[in-house]
Amino acid sequence: MTTLPIPGAVRLGLVIDLDICVGCHACAVNCKEWNTGGIAGPLTDFDPYGAKPDGVWFNRIHSYEVGDGPAGQTVHFPRSCLHCENAECVTVCPTGASLKRVEDGIVLIDEDKCIGCKLCSWACPYGAREFDEDVGVMRKCTLCVDRIYDEARPEAERVPACVSTCPASARHFGDLGDPASAVSQMVADRAGMALMPELGYRPTNRYLPPRAKGGGCSSHGNAPALEPAVPEGTGFLGWLDRLLSH
Amino acid sequence: MHPALSVILFTVASGIGYGMLMLLAVLLPAGLVPGDRLFGAVALGLALAGIGGGLLASTAHLGRPERAWRAFSQWRSSWLSREGILAVLSLLAIATLVLVWPILAAPRGCIDATAIVAGLLSAATVGATAMIYRSLKPVARWHNGWTVPCYLTIALASGGLWLDWAGAATGAIDPVPRGVVPMLVLLAALVKTLYWRHTDRAPATTTIGTATGLGALGQVRPLDPPHTAENYVMKEMGFRIARKHAAKLRRIAGVLGVAVPLVLMVLGWLLPGLGLATALLAAPIATIGALVERWLFFAEAKHLAMLYYRADAA
Repeated sequence: MTTLPIPGAVRLGLVIDLDICVGCHACAVNCKEWNTGGIAGPLTDFDPYGAKPDGVWFNRIHSYEVGDGPAGQTVHFPRSCLHCENAECVTVCPTGASLKRVEDGIVLIDEDKCIGCKLCSWACPYGAREFDEDVGVMRKCTLCVDRIYDEARPEAERVPACVSTCPASARHFGDLGDPASAVSQMVADRAGMALMPELGYRPTNRYLPPRAKGGGCSSHGNAPALEPAVPEGTGFLGWLDRLLSH
Repeated sequence: MHPALSVILFTVASGIGYGMLMLLAVLLPAGLVPGDRLFGAVALGLALAGIGGGLLASTAHLGRPERAWRAFSQWRSSWLSREGILAVLSLLAIATLVLVWPILAAPRGCIDATAIVAGLLSAATVGATAMIYRSLKPVARWHNGWTVPCYLTIALASGGLWLDWAGAATGAIDPVPRGVVPMLVLLAALVKTLYWRHTDRAPATTTIGTATGLGALGQVRPLDPPHTAENYVMKEMGFRIARKHAAKLRRIAGVLGVAVPLVLMVLGWLLPGLGLATALLAAPIATIGALVERWLFFAEAKHLAMLYYRADAA
């Protein structure tokens, strides 16, 4: 049924630290690698080695310039499904293929029911859903539902592929419905943001904003100039310098 | 939004057919259109061709059309599902009308009652089609109060023009009382003009600042895109049309959809010898105008997801 369930207590999601993300795209690559062989795969690629590679990815990494002058900064911004509480991609679905799970809040696609009408992608303001032209169905982030509950894995590995691979630990996974969870604490401490809150989709995922860049860095402050490595005019190197300067 | 030919053909062609039925539901019981079997056969044949052709075209938009039957299941939440159910119900009602009117020439009361049911279901179907767009928050040009009136009035106007065409083709010039169709065309033009006036001026409440959450830190400018070639999101939601081209196409839609049909209808009244020719020309020309209008409905619509790619997008 595509009517939304009454929100459950557990709301699994991601917290992404924009202060730490270095924009390496490793999360997107590992997402693709895991999911092309997982329950939501294969993730079709057209022209993968050509001039215009085109395929399904669940995770896209943008880079933005924010602010101007000394306050300006580069912010890397991973974008994927936010597993909204008020997921209109689910309610618009005419077939029941698009669904939100009661037990953990994950938004999934039952691809055997999907007719490929694309309406769910129109209803998502975050651009999180991508159509697979080859199979004729919609695809999206599953929060690695086939990893996070896999009891054959050591417990520490039961996290989405993007979280497990992030070399900077900018991505965190947990229960945002539990105020005592580590991810909820992070959101509380760092004023974690919901994207486009004005639309009322109530996304589960949160983004931690870049920390204030205080204290002035040397290029803008008055740090003392470095001493010359070799004082001019002394020793063998001084003689060599004078010789070569002629 | 990408203007997909299948959806443009579907909404325009089914709008014509449903518009004809909406008008027949009022005009037939009132005795204001010919009740003869020939007119009924041609009018309902045209309506069924528009609706059936449109529905067939719409399945071309699906990735897995063989599963289309599943779309009848989620009427509790989905306007697309509701539209599918209403489309089938109105087709059944129209098929019944074909049976009782041109085929059996049943008693008048039976024809009138069937026409009213078919007309009401047709209006509901066009309304549901429009609600699919009107309910999408990420597309400001669709998510407003003018979308549904536009679909309904354009369906009525083009339905009226094609009823006139059916009349002319069966030797009954002006089957619809004189003045009704021009008023419907003018009403559709007025509503569409108000739609454009409203959507051109609606302020953008969502920006790249709220889309990324970074707006509080200063102006946000895209630096590096996530991929080197266009992905599905950019191809589907990133269609852009130059403002000057949109303005020109709006004028073309106005000339073909409104001005030419009105001039032809007046010409037909002034020079009765030309009545047949003008009635046969007006509807096809207006339909080309409606197709341009529907193309613009998609091409001019911007989707919020494109904010992540272009700062100017919404």
